[in-house]
Amino acid sequence: MRKTPQFLGIFARPSRPLSLVLGLLPFVLLVGGYLIVSHIRLEANPRDKLTPSISKMAKSVKLMAFTKDRRTGQYLMLTDTLSSLRRMALGLGLAALVGLLLGMNMGILPGAGVTLVPVITFLSIIPPLAVLPVLFIVFGVGELGKVMLIFLGSLFVITRDICDATQRIPREQIVKALTLGSSQFQVIYQVVLPQIMPRLLVTIRLCLGAAWLFLIASEAIASTDGLGYRIFLVRRYLSMDVIIPYVLWITLLGFIMDALLRLTIKWRYPWYAVSGE
Amino acid sequence: MNDKPNRDNLLFIENLYKAYGAKVVLDDIDLSVKGGELCTVVGPSGCGKSTLLRLILGQEEPTKGDILIGGKQVGYPSPERGIVYQKYTLFPHLSVLENVILGKNLTAGPIEGFRRRKEFRDEALFFLEKMRLTEHGGKYPHELSGGMQQRVALAQSLIMKPYILLMDEPFGALDPGTREHLQIFLLELWEEFRMTVFFVTHDLEEAVFLGTRILVLSQYYSDDRGEGYSDRGARIVADYPLPRQATSTVVKETAEFGRLIQQIRLDGFDPTYRQHVTKFNLRHEDSFQTLDVEPLFPSSTDAT
Repeated sequence: MRKTPQFLGIFARPSRPLSLVLGLLPFVLLVGGYLIVSHIRLEANPRDKLTPSISKMAKSVKLMAFTKDRRTGQYLMLTDTLSSLRRMALGLGLAALVGLLLGMNMGILPGAGVTLVPVITFLSIIPPLAVLPVLFIVFGVGELGKVMLIFLGSLFVITRDICDATQRIPREQIVKALTLGSSQFQVIYQVVLPQIMPRLLVTIRLCLGAAWLFLIASEAIASTDGLGYRIFLVRRYLSMDVIIPYVLWITLLGFIMDALLRLTIKWRYPWYAVSGE
Repeated sequence: MNDKPNRDNLLFIENLYKAYGAKVVLDDIDLSVKGGELCTVVGPSGCGKSTLLRLILGQEEPTKGDILIGGKQVGYPSPERGIVYQKYTLFPHLSVLENVILGKNLTAGPIEGFRRRKEFRDEALFFLEKMRLTEHGGKYPHELSGGMQQRVALAQSLIMKPYILLMDEPFGALDPGTREHLQIFLLELWEEFRMTVFFVTHDLEEAVFLGTRILVLSQYYSDDRGEGYSDRGARIVADYPLPRQATSTVVKETAEFGRLIQQIRLDGFDPTYRQHVTKFNLRHEDSFQTLDVEPLFPSSTDAT
């Protein structure tokens, strides 16, 4: 009898426990590796700042997250998180809204398509970070400049993707809707829009990474609070004991956002993933 | 054949041409269909039967010629014409019941739709029951089999009470068993509602079994444009009433049935058998033919 391998080859079928162990293994190696390196370095020089021990990081987290700042009277990590999330939500939210409307209309109205597709394609290729100085000059270094970077950085990608998804809706469906008494307006907002919504959430998910990049970059350059601001601020003191927890925190936030979007798609649009074909 | 075609017939087509660039697909189609007819359309693949359907539907525009429904020129797709395609007919984001109600809601608008929601729902349920799908109303289309999906698509169209129901190879993607089942089902619905149907199929058996009238569309014919002329678009080369024996598939085994299919195969599908345009079998009482109009591209006739 043929034996299915557990691990090797394209026919391998890893068992559930094995998958779990293998999935965790890289994490264990990473953390373990860090602990060993940290231990060795601290052994040689107890004042070493590059690889702080877990307890040192815990102390810093306690200071940043659970103690009121003496100067401002605020919990710094909370303030940083809220500021960053607000910028993110504003920038990405606006980009999603505008991108949805633009992309959908470009995709379904040939007139809007021929007018806007070339310019949107052109604009989407401009690296947003390259025009960051321009944004800061035009919109100022305050909140608006940062939100605009996230907005413009995600807008064109979202627009193009939604336009694409709109064009992929079979022509037959649009004709069918018309034979059911739908007006052209209704075709766009009652037939196309509800079908595009889950795709919009998928696009936002894919844009999250870039949005974080824009957020951290703009906070690093000009800000008075925010997660990116804090990381770049304490970099001056080589405070790896703050940077590492902050990076982990950002990663966790990103992971949660991604999971929330994924679950929303699953709950609200159960037909989405399955009815592609 | 009819010398005085009635322009007020439910569907009336005269001197219809469709060309894509220089390629003529439909070459002077004349057709008149009375209400209540179940018209099946067959022809070799690529002869333009789906094109003809899309022209009637308003999804495409004729290069030349008139299409009238109820005496009025057709425009963009509208509720007078229902459509069932082979696939993509259902909206994946709506449940079965919502799919059937959709037309009612779209026509009524949100306020009216909300006020009459009970009435619409009952009407949709009535059609779902007719389709024997009552217990599947809450499911999404992807949870249904192909045959069920097509039944929902039928209900979705029928609830709008269209003048004419266009069907473009609606059972083409189904397995043979489901297919026969749906054929009988369509006949039962037709017996009950007597809707006018324009049914395009590539399956001759299906066409002869379902139709009250058969239209054979083909580019294999001869005319005064000469032997060497190769750019002929399809014409209706045969148009006659079909005997309706029973709503049972047993009829498919009979000799008469086989003979009909052989005849259609000869009329439309045999490239070596080319009847002259004046000799077509246009026995149907509504059938008519205009031969005196100038060709679509006058210059190309000189080339031969």
